[in-house]
Amino acid sequence: MSKIDWAAFPDARGHFGPYGGRFVSETLMGALDELQKAYEQYMGDADFMAELDHDLQQFVGRPNPLYHAERLSRELGGAQVYFKREDLNHTGAHKVNNTIGQALLAKRLGKTRIIAETGAGQHGVATATVAARLGLECVIYMGEEDTRRQTPNVFRMRLLGAEVVAVKSGTRTLKDALNEAMRDWVTNVDDTFYIIGTVAGPHPYPAMVRDFQAVIGREARAQHLEMTGKLPDTLVACVGGGSNAIGLFHPFLDDESVEMIGVEAAGAGIESGRHSAPLCAGQPGVLHGNRTYLMEDEHGQIVGTHSVSAGLDYPGVGPEHAWLKDTGRARYVAVTDDQALEGFHRLTRTEGIIPALETSHAIAHVLELAPTMRPDQSIVVNLSGRGDKDLNTVAEREGITL
Amino acid sequence: MTRIEQRFARLRTEKRAALVPYVTAGDPEPAATVPLMHALVKAGADLIELGVPFSDPMADGPVIQKACERALRYGTSLRDVLDMVAEFRKTDTETPVVLMGYLNPVERMGYETFAEKAREAGLDGLLTVDLPPEECDEVAGLLENAQIAPIFLVAPTTSDERIAHVARAARGFIYYVSLKGVTGSQTLDTSVIAERLEAIRRHTDLPLGVGFGIRDAETAGRVARVADAVVVGSAIVRLAEEFDGDPAGFAHAASEVVAGMRVEMDRVRASGVEASV
Ligand SMILES: Cc1ncc(COP(=O)(O)O)c(C=O)c1O
Repeated sequence: MSKIDWAAFPDARGHFGPYGGRFVSETLMGALDELQKAYEQYMGDADFMAELDHDLQQFVGRPNPLYHAERLSRELGGAQVYFKREDLNHTGAHKVNNTIGQALLAKRLGKTRIIAETGAGQHGVATATVAARLGLECVIYMGEEDTRRQTPNVFRMRLLGAEVVAVKSGTRTLKDALNEAMRDWVTNVDDTFYIIGTVAGPHPYPAMVRDFQAVIGREARAQHLEMTGKLPDTLVACVGGGSNAIGLFHPFLDDESVEMIGVEAAGAGIESGRHSAPLCAGQPGVLHGNRTYLMEDEHGQIVGTHSVSAGLDYPGVGPEHAWLKDTGRARYVAVTDDQALEGFHRLTRTEGIIPALETSHAIAHVLELAPTMRPDQSIVVNLSGRGDKDLNTVAEREGITL
Repeated sequence: MTRIEQRFARLRTEKRAALVPYVTAGDPEPAATVPLMHALVKAGADLIELGVPFSDPMADGPVIQKACERALRYGTSLRDVLDMVAEFRKTDTETPVVLMGYLNPVERMGYETFAEKAREAGLDGLLTVDLPPEECDEVAGLLENAQIAPIFLVAPTTSDERIAHVARAARGFIYYVSLKGVTGSQTLDTSVIAERLEAIRRHTDLPLGVGFGIRDAETAGRVARVADAVVVGSAIVRLAEEFDGDPAGFAHAASEVVAGMRVEMDRVRASGVEASV
């Protein structure tokens, strides 16, 4: 395993081992070539990078803290728990790191219209936000089911001037929003830039989104070294499409002593079949432009998923995670809706931080993991987003009307 | 010569363009599909494109999305679709059949198993919209051995360089997607199509089909003037929704549409203009 040169992935055609690639209809191939060239050019362009850094600092509020959760660590009686505070970013989640970057690319390419898919609405809000700031037309596709679960975010997007389209096809969740965004893109490919919200989709999206999110891991690594004089022992992040997780993991890939754990949504329990855990319980296939682990039936039809958190309710996962799983560099576990809710309440009451339900999955795993480790060891958890958007969902589950 | 080659060779001597209707297998119900295929041939179809239902038809508009949903009510699987092809072949050994769909059901079945079963069933071609030639290496050899033609799309956005690439990988015929968008979209400009077909012909001798946006006999006729094959999908599948629960009524209505296109396409070609192949 130590022989793998992680920086060499993906290869020129977007493959992470057998995963990734570019499985789209012919109409989009030209646009993806154009995007790949632009991305490769501008990631090495000093002016572009300076503008990106400036925006991340002045608009997003980076760097955000690596917070030592002393009370929680003491209560758990094991490893020291540190939170990378992506919830403190403008718009309240890690998603904006990526939308800032892609919107700058869209500007450079002369595109006037931005589209995006969203599940929890965090990526939609982050996209609508940068579109408003840059004066670009913005259309957000969201499964009808999710527009109901995440009404505050729908309102936020509309306030920001975006058109929110409630997608009524298929299972009416994130995967169907992605289908609809692809259909829009194929129709309006000349003037439209598609900002994908996670490390999935056709090449170069998984690599490009990773590179924009890797700021999380770069900061966390430097901060942890400065605070403790050593590297963390373990990294933990929730995995929907996998962007906050890969953003944290990627800068640590060469640090062999650092263990990485991705936490998927087990929903009502893996054995119930009602979950969103393709890495833990799925198998490789092709969907949404890349080869990766999927939740599908014996005939290759994609099956409906379930999670209490809309942002994890997706049957696929970024291809780099599929590769990290197969190579053993990262490992993946799943926690249920109920466990996630426990994590949500525990962090809120112990540290005074209300996390997103997606993030609560990572926290739930830490509640089990930390006590098995020594107090001189440490865990860095990606606190990918804040929970304001989920208050309705949590209240409803507990029989409270707001 | 393969069945597809034979069919296009015959059409060329007859100075006619191929009429290629698309129907989603299992729509509106599985038992309706084979009789429908025979009815379409009787009405004038030269080649049949049979859609494999998929849960996430990203390249399709609402009409074919709904067709997939109707077919999936009955769990119509790739295995079932290949059985339908085999059933069709029992009484029609001449009309080529091409499957059109998405990669995942084929990947799940396994490429080797698929190639073997497809050959046994008498399938002639496979068009997977989300499998560009770049990703095809693994599959190409298996299909070649089974004499299944990999059919590829060329789009309005395809560069000259890519057309050359597609032409090298393609067998059977090349499918030109006449507009940017999903299946069932509006408006066609045949002069633009003619130009693009010329550009493709510089790279290949394969017959060129045109599809997406052909909704009536008049458009089919105009396209037949410049193309070797006319593919009609949503205009037929739309009727399945109307006749849901009445497969015989659907077959009848679909046959009328196909027959009307056949007459107009042959009239246009007989009036002296023909594709430059
Ligand atoms: C706060 C938060 N965390 C995590 C996710 C999951 O996405 P990813 O796995 O790409 O980080 C989302 C998605 O909406 C989110 O809003």
